[in-house]
Amino acid sequence: MKLSSISLGNIRRRLGKTFMLVSGLSIGVAMVVAMIGITSEMQRDLDRKLDEFGANIVITPRSESLSLSYGGVSVSDASLDVEELRQQDIELINNIENNKNISAIAPKVMGAYKRGERSLLLVGVDFTSEFKLKKWWRLEGVENAIPGYTESPSTGPGDVVLGHNAALTLTVKTGDKLTLGGTEYSVKGVLMENASQDDYAVFMALPEAQKLLGKEGKISMIEVSALCADCPIEDIVAQISAGLPHAKVSAVRQAMTLKMETISQIVRFSVAVSVVVLAIGALIVFVSMMSSVGERTKEIGVLRAIGFRQTHIIKVILLEAFVVSLMSGLLGWAIGSASTIVLAPQLMGIKGLHLDPAMLAAATALAVLIGMGSSIYPAIKASRLDPVEALRYI
Amino acid sequence: MTTAIETKEVIMTEESPANTETILSIEGIRKTYASNENSYEALKGIDIAIQEGQFVAITGESGSGKTTLLSILGAISPPDSGRLIVDGIDVYNLGQEMAADFRREYLGFVFQQFHLIPYLTALENVMLPLCIIKMPASEKNEMAIEALGRVGLSEKGHRLPTELSGGEQQRVAIARALVNEPPIVLADEPTGNLDTKTGNEVFSLFERLNKAGQTVILVTHNTELAQRTGRIIRMKDGLIESDTIR
Repeated sequence: MKLSSISLGNIRRRLGKTFMLVSGLSIGVAMVVAMIGITSEMQRDLDRKLDEFGANIVITPRSESLSLSYGGVSVSDASLDVEELRQQDIELINNIENNKNISAIAPKVMGAYKRGERSLLLVGVDFTSEFKLKKWWRLEGVENAIPGYTESPSTGPGDVVLGHNAALTLTVKTGDKLTLGGTEYSVKGVLMENASQDDYAVFMALPEAQKLLGKEGKISMIEVSALCADCPIEDIVAQISAGLPHAKVSAVRQAMTLKMETISQIVRFSVAVSVVVLAIGALIVFVSMMSSVGERTKEIGVLRAIGFRQTHIIKVILLEAFVVSLMSGLLGWAIGSASTIVLAPQLMGIKGLHLDPAMLAAATALAVLIGMGSSIYPAIKASRLDPVEALRYI
Repeated sequence: MTTAIETKEVIMTEESPANTETILSIEGIRKTYASNENSYEALKGIDIAIQEGQFVAITGESGSGKTTLLSILGAISPPDSGRLIVDGIDVYNLGQEMAADFRREYLGFVFQQFHLIPYLTALENVMLPLCIIKMPASEKNEMAIEALGRVGLSEKGHRLPTELSGGEQQRVAIARALVNEPPIVLADEPTGNLDTKTGNEVFSLFERLNKAGQTVILVTHNTELAQRTGRIIRMKDGLIESDTIR
């Protein structure tokens, strides 16, 4: 016979009310578990998408005097002080500590190429990486096989892709031929207008552009897409900077800021809803425990009369709250996890949800905290009941 | 303070006369109940000294102050003035928690409506005062079984209160009051909820306990039963009308 026998006995006696209390609190916990599970997965999903959407790190040669530029890189012949990046720098980037976080490396060589009277912005790229990085690129007259994603056209030596305005200026279209430096190139595609420098550029394979521009083995800039869900972008920037001391490595802040703001909005919303739900749960526990204390006035009075200290009464009530909350936490986690795994893929198209043991610990801890926190006042109230109250019933 | 549980052994014998050592005394006890507009003086200055082993009946009409007096003797209702001294302890000078310890060690309560915990078995109800004492579970169990034996309910320890008759419930309540062997048992109308025959049986139990040396103080309306005690204190209008030691 221990104090816990009294707590457990009362739980057994009030099975119906205990069931209602556990149900109420566990529904609250389940909602929070489901919400956190879904928003966490949304966050990871968003992280992945945003990380893949364009470069978030730009590596350029160190230079102060830029004039004609692409993505902040001078392509003017005047900027002779620029020390170009080199082909082997790509290998160095691949070897950084966080190389697993890098999803695409898109090196470019660029320069002004004189074709007759006109200067062209000639950009040498790795077409596969470039199309992977620039998911907003669309080819005129080509239906995307995958929505929102344009496959790189089959390109090889002697192929070019033109920006919208470059194609207009040169009066060529997909399938036409374009002669540059005495070599005839096949136009594999024309990019749809996207209001950027890309509209004015002629894209060709990197080695051919290096040869035409007289920059063999040199790179003008490298765009990197890093998956930064579980690592700070600053770490990757620092690691690349350490490997490439001759280069300027910058994080693209706009994308990062947007991502962080979006995620933080989702998290704020989820926290706000969770707080409301848990407040309701706390209220349910509070009302139920107050009612239980009210019903047990005589019992508590008798316990006090036969020598129970106030602390003993508080222990009895809080132990009861602990057991009920623990059950609610476990049940709430099970319901929340199950509904997340079953419903979220159908309702929101999010996949890859799984049972999280850390969430189990957090859910039960949260339920116990709320349950016991809400029971402190009823427990103190019970402990202060006057034993004479019990004798009044005589 | 040594506990009664450690030091006292009740042996049920046919004759165990009260000695003259005062175990409990009250001096100048006054108690007034006040509401918003009215106040009612329940006790108007009471002095009583009760000797160890006495069997005391407090009688009187409704409103005479007998239940208030028992609450004060039970260390659960502080008087407005006056002192309660038990075994040399000025009880109402103790703090709340110490007073609870005092009640557990010195007093056993028996209520008119039994007040058993409905979801605990008879044995568990008897064990209640022990569940806050540090001692081996087996020892607690033995003490509770022994207490149930003293009231003749050894075989019914596993039953819930609802499965017992009124008389049996009151006997369980008496076993609960005795289990930690307190020096004083306080009972408020212990037979008030029972029929005459069962009431007599329960009262006989108190008589046997007293003969074994237990100090018993009970409040009762029943003058017939009061006549069977060794001392009758008759209350009227908050004062002692008579105090007869037989």
